[in-house]
Parts: sequence; C-alpha cells; structure tokens
Amino acid sequence: MTLSNFDQEKGLARLHLMERIRAFEEAARRAAVDEGLVLGAIHLSIGQEAVAAAVIEPLRRDDYILSTHRGHGHTLAKGADATAMMKELLGREGGCCGGKGGSMHIADFGVRMLGANGVVGANITIAAGAAHGIKLLGGDQIVVCFFGDGAANRGPFLEGVNWAGVFDLPILFVCEDNQYSASTLTSDMTSGDVAERARALGLRTTQADGNDVTGLAATAAEITARIRETGKPEFLHAKTYRLSGHTYFDPATYRPEGEADHMRETACPIMRLRTDLTRAGVTEGEMDALRQAAAEEMAAALDAARAAPWPADDSVFADVQDIGSPVEEAF
Amino acid sequence: MAVMSYADAAKLAIAEAMRADPTVWCVGEDLGRGGVFKQYTGLVEEFGPDRISDAPISEAAIMGAAFGAAMAGTRPIVEMRFADFALCATDELVNQIAKARFMFGGQSRAPMVIRKPMGMWRSSAAQHSQSLESWYVHIPGLVVCCPATPQDNYTMMKAAIACDDPVVYLEHKDIWLTEGEVDTARTGAFGKANIRREGEDVTLVSWSNTANLCVAAAEALAQEGIGAEVIDLVSLWPWDKAAVLESVRRTGRLVVAHESVAVAGFGAEVVATVAQNVMLKAPPVRLGSPRGLIAYAPNLEDQMRVTAEMIAAAAKKTMETEPA
Repeated sequence: MTLSNFDQEKGLARLHLMERIRAFEEAARRAAVDEGLVLGAIHLSIGQEAVAAAVIEPLRRDDYILSTHRGHGHTLAKGADATAMMKELLGREGGCCGGKGGSMHIADFGVRMLGANGVVGANITIAAGAAHGIKLLGGDQIVVCFFGDGAANRGPFLEGVNWAGVFDLPILFVCEDNQYSASTLTSDMTSGDVAERARALGLRTTQADGNDVTGLAATAAEITARIRETGKPEFLHAKTYRLSGHTYFDPATYRPEGEADHMRETACPIMRLRTDLTRAGVTEGEMDALRQAAAEEMAAALDAARAAPWPADDSVFADVQDIGSPVEEAF
Repeated sequence: MAVMSYADAAKLAIAEAMRADPTVWCVGEDLGRGGVFKQYTGLVEEFGPDRISDAPISEAAIMGAAFGAAMAGTRPIVEMRFADFALCATDELVNQIAKARFMFGGQSRAPMVIRKPMGMWRSSAAQHSQSLESWYVHIPGLVVCCPATPQDNYTMMKAAIACDDPVVYLEHKDIWLTEGEVDTARTGAFGKANIRREGEDVTLVSWSNTANLCVAAAEALAQEGIGAEVIDLVSLWPWDKAAVLESVRRTGRLVVAHESVAVAGFGAEVVATVAQNVMLKAPPVRLGSPRGLIAYAPNLEDQMRVTAEMIAAAAKKTMETEPA
C-alpha cells in the first residue's frame, strides 16, 4: 500500500468501528469481572475486530448476517444499538432480546442481524436458508454467515455449504479462524484444510489476512459485489487470532507462553491500522480521540444498562408460542 | 363432500394454501417425484421445482435452511421422510426453531410445518417405525399434531400452514391410503379434540392411528352393550383437556391408548391430568408399546402393537371395578 492511495476517511471509519467493538467488549468484561453485572458467559472477539468491520462494510442495511457465540463485533458492525446490546448482556429490560437471550443469542432483526448462536456451526444451514428465502422471494439482498474454525468440523458445515452450492444462493460463508476451538488448537483437530473443503464443494474460495482491515475490506467488497451480481455462494477464510480466552473468565493458560503477548504486539488489527494511518499522515491525537469517543460511548451504554430494570416477571411466558402458549397454560 | 385418502387430503390442503399464498413452499428429499409415500404427487407440475423443492439427503440442512427461509419471510413445509430421520435434525428443531422467537425477544417467528411420517407400517424395523410424538410435546415452542383421519389431515394441515408457530405434524404411515369424506369447508383448531364416537360408560382417549383402533374397539364394545366414548385428541400440544375431563366426569372410566412406548408416553400426561381433577370409578388404564424395540419379523413386530382387541379388553376391565 502506498500513502497516496490510502483512503484516510475510510481508514478512520474502520478504526472507529474497531475501537467501538473493542470498547464494548472491554466495558462488558469490566462489568463482568469488577461488578458481576454480566451474569453469564461472554465470548470476546478482542483481536478479531477487523473481520467484522471489513466484511460487513460493503453490506446494505437490508442484507442479512448470522453470527456465532462470539458475535458482539458482527452485531455492532451491522448497526445494532450498543446500549440495547449492553442491556442484553446485563439481562435488563430494553435489551435487544428483552433480556431473554444474553450475549450468546444477541440479535437485531431491525438491522437484519438474524442472531448469534449458542451452538457451534448451527447458523450455517440457517444462513443458507435465509439466502434460499431471498431467492424464493426474488430479493436482491445477500447473506453473510460468520462461523469459527471449530465449526468447520461440524456436520452443518458440509450440509449448509453444499446446500448453498446446490441451490446457487447469494451467501458469503466467512470462516473467522481464530485458531482455537475453545481450549483446543483447531489444527490438532482438523484433517486437511478448511478452505479446501469449501473448494471441493464447488465454492469460489478466498483466503485472507483477517487482521488487515484495509486489505480485507477490499477483498470483501469485491466478493460481495460478485455474489450480488452472480447470486452464487462464496467462501472466505480469514485468519485471525483470539487475544482473549474462550470466555472472559478463561485465562487461556493452554496457549504457549508468550503467544498472545506476541500476537498483541505484532498482529493486533487496531494497532496495524493505526500504523498505516500514521504513515498516511493521521496524527496520534486524531486516532486517540476516536478511541476516547468509543470508550465514552460504551461507558454510557454500560451506565444505561446498569440503571435499567430487570425485565417484567411475566415476560418469561411471552413469545414462546401463540398456540398452546404458557401464558395460558404453563403446566 | 369428496371422498379421498388421508395422503390426498393433506395434499389438497397444501395445494390450496400454495395457490393462496406464494410464500408457502415445500422442501424435502424426492419431492419432485412425489415424495417417498407419493404424498406430493402432482404438486411439482402445478407449482414448479422451486416451490416443490428437492433436497439433498441432509436432514439438518433441510430443517435449518427451511428455518432460515422462514426468518427471511417464507412459510416452508418441511418433509422429513420418516419421523426417525428427523432425529438427524434435532438441534435445528429443538435448539433453534423452537427457541428462536423467545431467545431473540420476539423478533422472529418460525411459521413452519414439519411433516414427520410416523409409526409402524409393515416390517420396517426399528429405524423406520417409531412414534416419538411425546418427545416434541416436551419442547416448549412447538405445536404437535397427529391427525388420524382424512378430514383431520385436511383441516389440520391447513391450520398448520396458517399457524405462525412451528408445527410438528406427524402423519401415520399405515393410513396414507385410508379413505374418508372430506368437507373442505370445515376448519380445524389445535387443542380441539375430535369426538369420534359418543358413549356414557367409558372414555377412550387416543390420537393418530390408534384413535382409529379405538373406534373399532368402541364398535365391538357396543355389540356387548358398552358405550365407549372415543376422544381423538388430534393435537397433543395444545391438547383438549376440557373435552377429556368433561367425558371422564360422565363415564368415570378412562383408557388411554397409543402406539408409542407406554413409559413416559403422552398417555401418562393424560392419566395424570385426569387423576388430578376427577375421581374415577375404576383405575385408569394406559396402553402403549412395551419398552422394547420394533422388529422386522411380523411375529416380533406384532408384540409391540396395541390392538383394537387390547383396547376393548382394557375398557371391559374398567367396567369390572365397582365403585367403592
């Protein structure tokens, strides 16, 4: 990349989004560790923010995404409201799922984010189906399905990717490869290469550096434009690194000593973008101001969530089903 | 009123719904050739291969993709081929479809009909014969329906397609060709039993094909002067408690019969509910399959069956007990 063709405005927008994702998760982690406000497990995407920021950038508001248990970044990038998300993490009224789902089921259908998922790989067939629905209805939207490297070893990977190929569906499968399946090194549990699997299923496949937001955004723009034009599924393997543990309370001691520190110092996508922006003439002050703004936004989101009440007790029976609803008969 | 088979009745309901609503579509293995039991014959010619869609042998993808398509605004009818194979898609049904609306705080719906041909047919052994309806009743978020007659397969299929909740729709494989009158003007509602026969002496509660056996048993009992009321629940969640309780309050005697394993079957729920609400004249009887496995050889397979004779005998047993 040369300085002359570096788009400062886009770079700063990406930096701001990645800082917002990181600030959201840092605020959530503090709320969990320091105050016990986040009640269940949360899975942080710290270090992986570039994948969410870059891949979702070319999407329209009416395009769909589906995410994983590690889905805060994707949800924010699609345009969900950080305060409603934080309320959801705290299980409060006004949470985007009414406090019923928490972090692992975060969703905002208003921005066509059709849900994170607590079951690894389960979103792959569902995402293929959303694309199938678009095709049946004659729409021109596309679907992006994010899943982790571990998900490629579950059956729905084969069934969902094959489905998208068989029916020629407008979907981008994104393997956000953070190299770990919970506490296990994915490469120890994976035979062959994940991208080769997608290729064998007939999908055009791209491998990319998932921590280079600039390069990845260009790649994603090209792929998503092609999917919109051809209506055919594609596969993107984005290699990244999970700087945190599997959950916020996982110290990740199973990793080789110094591995995470080394990656934080050399591969953090925010740090890398800041380096590029510095070369392009952006000042430290401008970039720090974005970080500060993100921190303030998420601190305010946490304050609002902390102040929000619990959901109404009787909401537990709402939205189970209309016919045979527990509102009428729970037992 | 037309006479048609149980299979054709559901097909007619689907065709009418598809003509009325372009977002209704069917997906499953072999549908383009009419489906494994020919219950889709002719539909692809009218509606085309996009709306009567073939599918790879990927039950998890059929269920999961149909769910995704439902969230994107369509109303899928999902064919699982055999209820036994639907177990390959259990995560998709139980963890995803049944829970999504709740987990997402009401943002989504899953208006789906999930057809699962169930039950013993002939020498189909342990992986093609099961009746697992009680499993699904146990899952909040699902509606469960087990029609026993052509009329109910027509009316309930229409109700299932119109329903915004996911409906597990279990048709019995042994009665695909059973014919009966179908009044297309009739509408059905989940949780409303079909009183197949009225009687004042004993109440027989059942569903699916065993309800038909109960009708045969009641006819035999009538020859002996015993009036058996046959309540075909039609849907198991919700189920028509009111009809059952009203009937047993009159008769004071209860037999519940189903093809599925008796242990932890839905019959237990019916008996428990009655026991909580009504003082019976005689201990209730629960008939179901032994907790054994369905075999291939007919003499072995038959040992897992509940028959009309067994139902009639059980009804007579309740008549022997004098009130205390």
